Amino acid sequence: MNKVVKNPALALAGITDGMTLMVGGFGLCGIPENSIAQLVQMGVKNLTCISNNAGVDDFGLGLLLQGKQVKKMISSYVGENDEFERQMLSGELEVDLIPQGSLAERCRAGGAGIPAFFTPAGYGTEVAEGKEVRMFNGKPHILESALTADYAIVKAWKGDTEGNLIYKATARNFNPMMAMAGKITIAEVEELVPAGTLDPNQIHTPGIFVQRIFKGEKFEKRIEQRTVRPKN
Amino acid sequence: MALDKNGIAKRIAQELQDGWYVNLGIGIPTLVANYIPEGIEVEFQSENGVLGMGPFPFDGEEDPDLINAGKQTITTRDGASFFDSATSFAMIRGQHVQLTVLGAMEVSQNGDIANWKIPGKMVKGMGGAMDLVASAENIIVAMMHSNKAGESKILKACTLPLTGVGCVKKVVTELAVMEIKEGKFYLLERAPGVSVDEIIAKTEGDLVVPDIVPEMNLN
Repeated sequence: MNKVVKNPALALAGITDGMTLMVGGFGLCGIPENSIAQLVQMGVKNLTCISNNAGVDDFGLGLLLQGKQVKKMISSYVGENDEFERQMLSGELEVDLIPQGSLAERCRAGGAGIPAFFTPAGYGTEVAEGKEVRMFNGKPHILESALTADYAIVKAWKGDTEGNLIYKATARNFNPMMAMAGKITIAEVEELVPAGTLDPNQIHTPGIFVQRIFKGEKFEKRIEQRTVRPKN
Repeated sequence: MALDKNGIAKRIAQELQDGWYVNLGIGIPTLVANYIPEGIEVEFQSENGVLGMGPFPFDGEEDPDLINAGKQTITTRDGASFFDSATSFAMIRGQHVQLTVLGAMEVSQNGDIANWKIPGKMVKGMGGAMDLVASAENIIVAMMHSNKAGESKILKACTLPLTGVGCVKKVVTELAVMEIKEGKFYLLERAPGVSVDEIIAKTEGDLVVPDIVPEMNLN
C-alpha cells in the first residue's frame, strides 16, 4: 500500500477550521517542521492542538499561535513562549494542562481502543477535580479518558512507502502514540525509502497507523538549550 | 555555613545506591549527576525518552535529536536506550525507577509537595512532575529552606497548588537533611557549621530534633 504523497500541501489536505490535531515532539525535538509551516500557509483557524509543548515564539507551534490559529492547547508544559503567555492571560487561548505521563498514555489509549484508565498521577491536585477516584492496592487513582484527533502529525527519521517509521534518539517522544491516535496520521520523514529497505525488526511505528507520508524538504532542527562542555 | 546548590547536590548523591535507575529533575537535581560516589554505578533516566544519559556533549558535537527533559543537549553512555513517552512513564509509574530527585517550592510535614504553579502568575505546567511524585517509591526533594522573603518553605501544610500528596520521604536543603514520617519532619543532619537553632527557626512545620544532630559529611 503506497502511502506516499508528494508534498506537505497534499499531506495536510482536508484539515479545516475547528479540527483537533495531535502534533508530535518534545520541546522543539522531533516536531513536524514542514507540516507546521504548511498549517501556517493554509491559515486554518480555531484548532485544538494536542502537543506536549507549544514551541517557542518563532518556531514550532509558536508559529501557529502567532497567527492566532489555535483556540485550545492540550499540553503538559508550555513555558518559553511570550505570545502564548499573552494569549493565555488575555483569555484568547484556552489551555488544558495534563501531567506528561497521563498525556502520553491518553494518546496511547486513544489509539489502542481503551476509552479510559486509572492512574495515580494528579490525585489530590487540581488535575483530579471532577474525576472519578478509585482505590487499587490501597492507593487512590483517578480516571483519565483517552484522546484522539482528527489528524495526527508526526515526524520520523526514516520511513518507507508503506508508512513504516523509525525515529532517532529522543526525537521519538510522543510521535509513536500520536501516530496511533489520529483518525488520519500524516508522517513527515527525513529519509523516505522504498518498502523492503527498512529492516522489519527495527520498525517503531508499523505502517498501519500511518495514512500519508512525505519527505520533508528541509529540517532546521532548532536546539532550545544548547548545553556543551569545552573540549580540552 | 549553609550549602550552595552544588553542596546540596553532593549530599543527595550520597543517597545513590549501586544499580539504581534514577530520574533527576531540572535545576539542583541535575547537578547530582556530577557527584556520583566512587564505586557506584547508576543509570539516569530522562522522561522524554532516554536511559543511560552521559555528560553534556563537547562543543560542536551536539545533536538536536538528543536532549534531556530540560531540553538541554546531552550524550549517551554505552548501554543506553531510547523509547517513547508512554514507555518512559511506564518505567516511572511502574516503579522501575528507584529514585526521583526533584525541586520544590514547598513541602509539608505529611509529605505533600508543591512545585508547578503560583496562582496569579504565568502557569507553565507540571510536565512530568505529577506522574513522578505519584508513583516513585523513593523521592528526595532538593530545595532551599526559605524563600527570598525569608519565609519557610518547610511547612505544616502547603499553601500553593499541590503536585502530589503524601509522597516526599526526604528533603535536603542548604541547611539540613530531614526525613518525613508520621506527619512530621525529623532532623537527620545539619550543614557544616549550621546550628540546630537556625534550622528550628527556619522550619515552620513540626520538626523532631534528636539530642545529637550530626554534621553532613561532604568529603
